[in-house]
Amino acid sequence: MSPLNNNSQARQFKVIGTRPPRPDGIEKVTGKAQYGADLNVANMLFAKILRSPHAHAKVLSIDTSAAERLDGVKAVITSKDFDRFSSGQPNNILENSIAHQKVLYDGHGVAAVAATSDLIAKSALKLIKVKYETLPHVTDVDKAMEKSAPIVNKGYVLENVPKGHSENVTSYFEFGHGDLEAGFSKAEKIVTRSFKTEATHQGYIEPNACLASMTPDGKADLWCCTQGHYNVRAVCAEIMGMETSQLKVTASEIGGGFGGKTLIYIEPIALALSLKSGQPVKLVMTRDEVFKATGPTVSSSMDVKIGMTKDGKITAGEAKLRYQGGAFPNGTVEMGAQSAFASYDLKAVKTQGWNILTNRPMQAAYRAPGAPQAIYAVESVVDELCEVLNLDPLETRLKNAAKKGTLSSYGPTFDDIGLIATLEAAKNHPHYSAPISKNQGRGLSCGFWFNFGGDTCVTLNVNFDGTIGVTEGNPDIGGSRASISQMAAEEIGIAYEKVRTIIADTNSLGHNEITDGSRVTFAVGLATIKAARAAIKEMCKRAAMIWNIDEEAVRWENGSAIPAGPNAGKFDPLTIEEIAGMSSQTGGPIAGHHEVNAEGAGVSFGVHLVDVEVDKETGSSKIIRYTVFQDAGKAIHPSYVEGQMQGGAVQGIGWALNEEYIYGDDGKLQNPGFLDYRIPVASDLPMIDPVILEIPNPGHPYGVRGVGETSIVPPLAAISNAISRATSIRFSDLPMSPPKVLKAIKDKQRGNG
Amino acid sequence: MVKVRIWGSLRSATNNKEFVYVEAENFKQLLDNLSKKYPNLKPQISRGVSVSIDGLIYKNSWFAPIKPNSEVVLMPYMVGG
Repeated sequence: MSPLNNNSQARQFKVIGTRPPRPDGIEKVTGKAQYGADLNVANMLFAKILRSPHAHAKVLSIDTSAAERLDGVKAVITSKDFDRFSSGQPNNILENSIAHQKVLYDGHGVAAVAATSDLIAKSALKLIKVKYETLPHVTDVDKAMEKSAPIVNKGYVLENVPKGHSENVTSYFEFGHGDLEAGFSKAEKIVTRSFKTEATHQGYIEPNACLASMTPDGKADLWCCTQGHYNVRAVCAEIMGMETSQLKVTASEIGGGFGGKTLIYIEPIALALSLKSGQPVKLVMTRDEVFKATGPTVSSSMDVKIGMTKDGKITAGEAKLRYQGGAFPNGTVEMGAQSAFASYDLKAVKTQGWNILTNRPMQAAYRAPGAPQAIYAVESVVDELCEVLNLDPLETRLKNAAKKGTLSSYGPTFDDIGLIATLEAAKNHPHYSAPISKNQGRGLSCGFWFNFGGDTCVTLNVNFDGTIGVTEGNPDIGGSRASISQMAAEEIGIAYEKVRTIIADTNSLGHNEITDGSRVTFAVGLATIKAARAAIKEMCKRAAMIWNIDEEAVRWENGSAIPAGPNAGKFDPLTIEEIAGMSSQTGGPIAGHHEVNAEGAGVSFGVHLVDVEVDKETGSSKIIRYTVFQDAGKAIHPSYVEGQMQGGAVQGIGWALNEEYIYGDDGKLQNPGFLDYRIPVASDLPMIDPVILEIPNPGHPYGVRGVGETSIVPPLAAISNAISRATSIRFSDLPMSPPKVLKAIKDKQRGNG
Repeated sequence: MVKVRIWGSLRSATNNKEFVYVEAENFKQLLDNLSKKYPNLKPQISRGVSVSIDGLIYKNSWFAPIKPNSEVVLMPYMVGG
């Protein structure tokens, strides 16, 4: 067997880097793919959830008797139905799915019904009588921090929160190094500015859906659309008091997640209704419910101060970040506080972050959670300094860019990173020097994300005809089945078409971490390569048996076993088809598997360049040209990598220009639908031009870095900087919707801006 | 002894020290000995921390090796989307 080649630069790939057709393409374009709501089984019931009409209220009583009497209703549940499974405190996931003593936001679940039809279930909801005592509410992040604010959810304040805050402040983080005061004293220009960003939903097209079937002996099958069915199993088993082995969870095809389907909202409800009714229960959220009770990301209020010399050297940077994540504690601000200044090589830097509770839905991760907001604020101030000091924004970023040996703003010293290469690519791209027209501005921003690995299991089976079946456990939200098949084919030395990768249910493999943190191509790919190497080792052993030579005297090349050298003997190569075809006679079926907690994912950087035209009569902003530069380590399937870069940019464009959660004074969400919550559509956009850079990650055999999240980080600042330059007005509040931009233009014309 | 960088808001648990020194040859020994030497770190460690060892971030691999001259940075537990 040949020595394992970990040098991705020296290796000549045959399958990696090609663009084969997507394996799920035909099913998806012909409507055959089975999404969360597509599974139907005999005797299935339809479930609906009654949701709170109040932002904050005590639940005094719930009378379900009339609903239970309605013909066709088979089960009605409230939070009390979960009490028998656990004597302790309800966990946050359950309390978020179905309210206990209080409703904590508009749309919080209160009770649920399973009936023989969707219509009957809806009718039954109207018969449930809930008595509420309304309470004062708070939805604004800054107001929620005030000492006088209504307390949203008691008991979550961590020991690290400085005294003097409202109980809504649940955690506090601080990072940085160096002497800030000395750094600012060296600056020739200091800009301090405050920013706000609104919450945005992940906007996945497929609403959350599941089908649960639970029997009285404690076994259950659950089908759901999720980014992590092993996590669904772990959480639901705990909530339902089940042994993990008795709950089998199968992930459906998934119509988008972007972090939003890492949480669990409806599965425990469906399981409890199935147990109570004795029948399978399907539960599908409406879009209104998706907006009100799932996701969104955090909203933020931030202050940034940066000092710079006249020639563009940053002398110090400081950021204060306040993130609200709804009615339950979250861990988002610490990610933002670590990311804020990650692109810069700074002698003095400090970031502080506060996580805050409000009467809004529990926040969920959204691509690089926490980073887009913080980096938006920092990159806006860097751009403002460049404008004020008449400096080239790209050259200034190059002058200050983090590189190998930089002490990062979050603590570790960087090894090989791709920021400078990415900035150089942007500088040398025709977009950067292209002329722009009247009312247009060009914006630029860097972006950063950590990327993760985590628990991963892969089994690779060599079929009798020499084809390969790969079994992995991460829902495919970004084309991973193609990239995993490519890595298996590359390693074994066969054609891509000979491999099929499937996503296993929870009983078929060991634990797999959620599809998050841009981890799948990195971690599942790494495990697939290792599983393939294990299968190759076994195939070399079988060839050695057939040739009657030592196992070590056989090596693997281009899908065949061959003698390792002249001393091994003279034998014709044995192909994978031949070895697999004889496997029953040589010891049995051949497989390789690998189980690992994959570490070493490697950080990634991106740079976005955008031209925006502002209509000064309407305040409307149009994206004219957009180019994404991102380090992918090694692009396994470049089309999917480009898709991730384009998709992140488009979601960032929506976040920058239009998307926002709008709450009324009554604490109710005003725009829970795609008519009033406007995501970008194809006609809003130019072609997003992706430029892939490949600076190999030493932590992966082929050099892969995660690519799914970094691309949503730079658009907020890049677009804000473009609009600011087009209008000569600095914007610091997202989204920059037409009314907001128009008001700023009018104010400036009146001399108020 | 390994030199460990502590993030800003956690320094209240290490007598405001940015760097602390503990015996550790791997991630687990690092957490165990940090908890022993600085008991106020325990709540955060039990909630979850990541550790950067020579620039690579580890979420929870107990036996990731640490060399005496390794750069070791305690970090909050990483989450993604």
